Amino acid sequence: MDFVSQPLPVSVNYMMSKHKSGANCSAAGECVSEVQRILRERFCHQRLPDKPMGLESQYKHLLELLRRTAVHGESNSVLIVGPRGAGKTMLLSCALRELLDLQEVKKNVLLVQLSGLLQTDDRIALREITRQLHLENVVGDRVFGSFAENLVFLLEALKKGDKSSSRPVFFILEEFDLFAHHKNQTLLYNLLDVSQSAQTPVTVVGLTCRLDVLELLEKRVKSRFSHRQIHLLSSLSFCQYRDAFRSKLSLPDDFPDSKFSQDWNVSILKLCEDKSVDEILRKHFNSSTDFRSLHLLLLLAVSRVSVSNPTLRAADILEASRMSNADTKANILHGLSILELCLIIAMKHLNDTYEGEPFNFQMVHNEFKKFIQRKSHSIHNFEQPVVLKAFEHLLQLELIRPVDAGVCKVQREYQLMCLMLDQTQFRPQWRARSGQLMQEKSDEMWQGDENTKGMTLQNSATLSTLACLSLA
Amino acid sequence: MSHYRAMLRVRRFYSLNGNPIHEDRRLGRRYYQYLTIVVGERENNAVVSLGQHILIEGTDDDSPFVAQLLKLFWDVNSNQMKAVVHWFVRMHEIAQNKRKLLGRDPHPQEVFYYQDGSCDCEVNVETILGAVQVKHIPAADPFPDNESEDTLFVKLIWDTKTFRKMPPPVPKSPSPSVPVTRARALPTPDPTVMKRAMAGLHPHSCMSTGKIGTAEAESAHSASKLSAAKILNVKRRSRVSSNPNIRKKLELCSPAKHLTRDDVLDEILDEDKDTQEDLVTKLGSFPIHSVSVSSSRLTPLSTPEKPYTKEGKFSLRPMNKPSETTVDNHDSGRDFIGVHPLEDDLFRLEPGLISKNRTPRRREATPRRVSLRQNACCSCSPLRREEQHEISPGHSVHTDSSKRRSARIKKNQLNNHNDLQSDGEDADDDGSFVPADLDRGSSSDEEEESLMDSEDELIVKRSRRGTGRRTPHSTVKSRASARTPRRMPSKKAAPPTPQTPRHATPSIPNRSQPARKPGNMLEEARARLHVSSVPESLPCREQEFQDIYNFVESKVMDGTGGCMYISGVPGTGKTATVHEVIRSLQQAVEQEELPPFHFIEINGMKMTDPHQAYVQILQKLTNQKATADHAAALLEKRFSTPAPKKETTVLLVDELDLLWTRKQNVMYNLFDWPARKHARLVVLTIANTMDLPERIMINRVASRLGLTRMSFQPYTFKQLQQIITSRLNRVKAFEEDALQLVSRKVAALSGDARRCLDICRRATEICEQHGQQGSTGLVGMSHVMEALDEMFSSSYITAIRCASLQEQLFLRAVIAEFRRLGLEEATFQQVLVQHQALCRVEGLQPVSVSESLAVCQRLGACRLLLLEPSRLDLLLRVRLNVSQDDVLYALKAE
Repeated sequence: MDFVSQPLPVSVNYMMSKHKSGANCSAAGECVSEVQRILRERFCHQRLPDKPMGLESQYKHLLELLRRTAVHGESNSVLIVGPRGAGKTMLLSCALRELLDLQEVKKNVLLVQLSGLLQTDDRIALREITRQLHLENVVGDRVFGSFAENLVFLLEALKKGDKSSSRPVFFILEEFDLFAHHKNQTLLYNLLDVSQSAQTPVTVVGLTCRLDVLELLEKRVKSRFSHRQIHLLSSLSFCQYRDAFRSKLSLPDDFPDSKFSQDWNVSILKLCEDKSVDEILRKHFNSSTDFRSLHLLLLLAVSRVSVSNPTLRAADILEASRMSNADTKANILHGLSILELCLIIAMKHLNDTYEGEPFNFQMVHNEFKKFIQRKSHSIHNFEQPVVLKAFEHLLQLELIRPVDAGVCKVQREYQLMCLMLDQTQFRPQWRARSGQLMQEKSDEMWQGDENTKGMTLQNSATLSTLACLSLA
Repeated sequence: MSHYRAMLRVRRFYSLNGNPIHEDRRLGRRYYQYLTIVVGERENNAVVSLGQHILIEGTDDDSPFVAQLLKLFWDVNSNQMKAVVHWFVRMHEIAQNKRKLLGRDPHPQEVFYYQDGSCDCEVNVETILGAVQVKHIPAADPFPDNESEDTLFVKLIWDTKTFRKMPPPVPKSPSPSVPVTRARALPTPDPTVMKRAMAGLHPHSCMSTGKIGTAEAESAHSASKLSAAKILNVKRRSRVSSNPNIRKKLELCSPAKHLTRDDVLDEILDEDKDTQEDLVTKLGSFPIHSVSVSSSRLTPLSTPEKPYTKEGKFSLRPMNKPSETTVDNHDSGRDFIGVHPLEDDLFRLEPGLISKNRTPRRREATPRRVSLRQNACCSCSPLRREEQHEISPGHSVHTDSSKRRSARIKKNQLNNHNDLQSDGEDADDDGSFVPADLDRGSSSDEEEESLMDSEDELIVKRSRRGTGRRTPHSTVKSRASARTPRRMPSKKAAPPTPQTPRHATPSIPNRSQPARKPGNMLEEARARLHVSSVPESLPCREQEFQDIYNFVESKVMDGTGGCMYISGVPGTGKTATVHEVIRSLQQAVEQEELPPFHFIEINGMKMTDPHQAYVQILQKLTNQKATADHAAALLEKRFSTPAPKKETTVLLVDELDLLWTRKQNVMYNLFDWPARKHARLVVLTIANTMDLPERIMINRVASRLGLTRMSFQPYTFKQLQQIITSRLNRVKAFEEDALQLVSRKVAALSGDARRCLDICRRATEICEQHGQQGSTGLVGMSHVMEALDEMFSSSYITAIRCASLQEQLFLRAVIAEFRRLGLEEATFQQVLVQHQALCRVEGLQPVSVSESLAVCQRLGACRLLLLEPSRLDLLLRVRLNVSQDDVLYALKAE
């Protein structure tokens, strides 16, 4: 890339227009793929940012703490608490990265990384610790024994160390709260106990999103925990958020094609000033201030960049936002057959009539038949089994759900169900459907039912056969 | 003396000569007749043959043990050369209070035929130093004056209770009438002795009678013996075979060697049961046995080996010289073959040197009992209990200096031989100078014990020289304290749990550079404030310390057992106080104020299952590994059977509540054992709640725990302040007010000292950060406030303030819905309606269901909301995890 793209603009000047456009085309293609690679790395957390943004004081605190363990052999324990996507792992990784760059530290620390999602009990966790500490090599061919032996073994090993001569060990426990659910909290007790006694220096770093994590700890475990908590609660303003948006999309200075990157960065600047983009950003900011959701949005937007569309436009952002904000259930409604839609409408009607009381198939079917009778010309009169089939399909889609799943003795037809759709989820649906399928005159179908206004089932002969076919 | 020193230093090589005279395939032994000892660089090999008297390396270079070689064999299983010997004791090996039983002054070269079934007669060949001459002198005769100093004389039998005349070879009655000889000559590695022997000084010295050994091994090898000897031999053999103890011993000590430890222990434990009844028989039968053995020794058999040729010419010579004091009706035909001692000063009686008989053990890789010559009252089980027992009561009267010296020597030797000890038990064995306790008296011989006790006391009273500390009011105590010093050095020399390769535990690798030392004052303060740094003393727990100390001390002194329950909220110094107590007790032991004890610690939290407690206790007690059930059985046996030299075990059970099981077996056992007569177990239990016994223990367990309880109150602010101050120890890092604030705050909250220290530590860090901007350098109020804030303030309000707009709206919607419903719970669908309404009010785009649900889930993940864990979607029930007021406060303040 370096060699190809740099000389090209120079040579292009001397070339014919045809060649020029062709060369430009390939260069642009490469630039676009390079842009996408760089930005994807950013958004998918494959590359750590140079500095954790907005978390400077926490970063300093954590780094200092880890450094003291590494350098002075002082045991410690700390919890990093913050909502999901707040950058807990990122913060820790940054701190470790910086710490391990120090010559003094690099060869002197051991790292054990555990996750509450992977090490679901102490037995597995112990094994993992032993593996990561490379202790099993020392044991040689010894068959690794029982859980109890493992524990004794590990504690013995940790006990043998002392403050000044043993290598410090960092225990990093992700999803710390899940470790608190292990039996007796044996692992936590022992790790924290080591951190409070003159044994091998350890630092226990827990990462969790639960604010009440300390209440999960048993009193003895809690007493041994140092009560240091680093809270990652972002207090970003929207302006900062927008700046972050810009800097996250901006290309670095060392991008190979400087012209492209300039163009790109200018377009990003423009994008930030765009009204609609601003609105979208604000909406996102309002719903969550963390960067992870922004990353998801931007990832969708960036994937729309192509050779023909080499810069990021407001439309891309809009489309990405629409995609990421789409309501999942409304999307499901898109794929329903007419009959199923009719059933949904019947259920909705029942819901409105009986104020959310559960219903069963028979009730829905009666409602449906009432509708058919009134408007027999507009919709095919389906047999009951066909309707039941449609009903069951809705059940499978979990658009309806049995009220008490436990009781299965009741016949299917009479099992009580409730509708899992909210008012708001119907509206866009009916609008779309009506435009897509029918024209008008469904008002009279269910008087007073706002939601079915746009629904016309007039020319549904073909549709209903389709429905029958799809259900059969 | 110098000779022996030299010999000990010189490396010696041993080999068994010739073809095996007998092979016992069952035991995997090959018996030999001669042993060749090559000493160092010297050319001359010494050959020892069966029946000769030998010197065996002891703890003291000056007076090695004297024994008669009975058997030599190669143990195939352990690949070791072993010898079976019969022991002689010197005067100074006999308990001091028994020495007066002799009724006369012992001759400096006098030894006594030792008659005690309980001692281990099997020694490693490597401990043999060489040959010695032992002469039998009729009890009535005086000691010959002109004998060389190397010769030892035997007149009497010492059976650990009385001195008797040598019994007659034909056992008609227990009353001994005929003296029995025990003497052999043998080649010595020492040229001077060789010379002397060749010079015919002791004409009959070399007649070693391999017979005894071989016969005792049931070998039929006697064809070439003298016919007279043959007859005797046959007689003896029949007697031997009729003696169950001999057989038993053989079986016991040899096969056990290559069995696993568990097996050994099993056997031992089984053996223990038999001890009492056996004892009587043994005691009764031993005179007979020894008679037979000694009589058989009259058959000289060894001539063929070269080094012996000259000595072989010496014939048996009766030595019926008139004895001076004792009346002896011995048969004049019996004689003792003189034996050349290798040393001039062999006979010097050193009051402190009792440890001779322990030596051979050290040379062996397998745990074994050795040479418990001195006491009659112990059984023959090879465990260390017996070995401990070997110091029979009454040894207490050694002078301190000699004690210490021998202890020192012992320690050195132990260090030298540590590598030979593959077994952890050995370490304990060697140092097992534990008082013979009162239990033993009942176990073996009540009457005798009481006799001994009274004698002991007498002596203690009479001969209290130099050690004014020992008060005569308790014999046990004085005995114990006298013996302790030996124990301690050896304990130090050999750690209680030497790691065999199999048990090797890997450790965390070492760092390439040592950790940095604290640089400035704040760092120093921080290091001192770390919970892990062990304080010089524990302030504010003096009363508790004293109570626990007194409790444990009294139990250790009395050799009884007991339970104590210690309760207190976390961080009030329970475990630290107990450790402190143990430390001081161990110091007391070192200063010989207290009998030694064994401290074991288990922690309910550090085991995976309550039953692992057994495994850990056993492991720490005996270094054995066993399954939980097996360990429970072994411990049960251990604590319920009498064992002579058992030392008190102090068991600390931390986090007792974790040992709860449905049937409460573990707790039951832990509290039941101390009550056993022979357990000598002190159990200190620690838990958090005061009423634990009432709450979780069933009656029989709670009752056994007893009422010795202690509760640690949470620290008051003054105490906390004192703790910090004492830890800081004049490192001036805190302002006085700051300290007070911390301690008051913590005292108000929990009284947890750990918390207090952590806050202070954090405050130093904050101070350090701020200090760069220039300040006094002391930790002030503001720093402490900040630290307190960080640690104690609830983060909910901050979290709500930092939440996104939609999240805040959702919380508001939740509260609105709660108010509408009048309930503290609502479904997501209901909240959603409110949420959308609020959005409209706020002029925002209405949220979709998915968005709202995502917001809800985020709040749930932070635990601001409590959500049902299922995917109930719209029907999800929502509750607040914070009070409504807090939420409103947080939202309003914005």
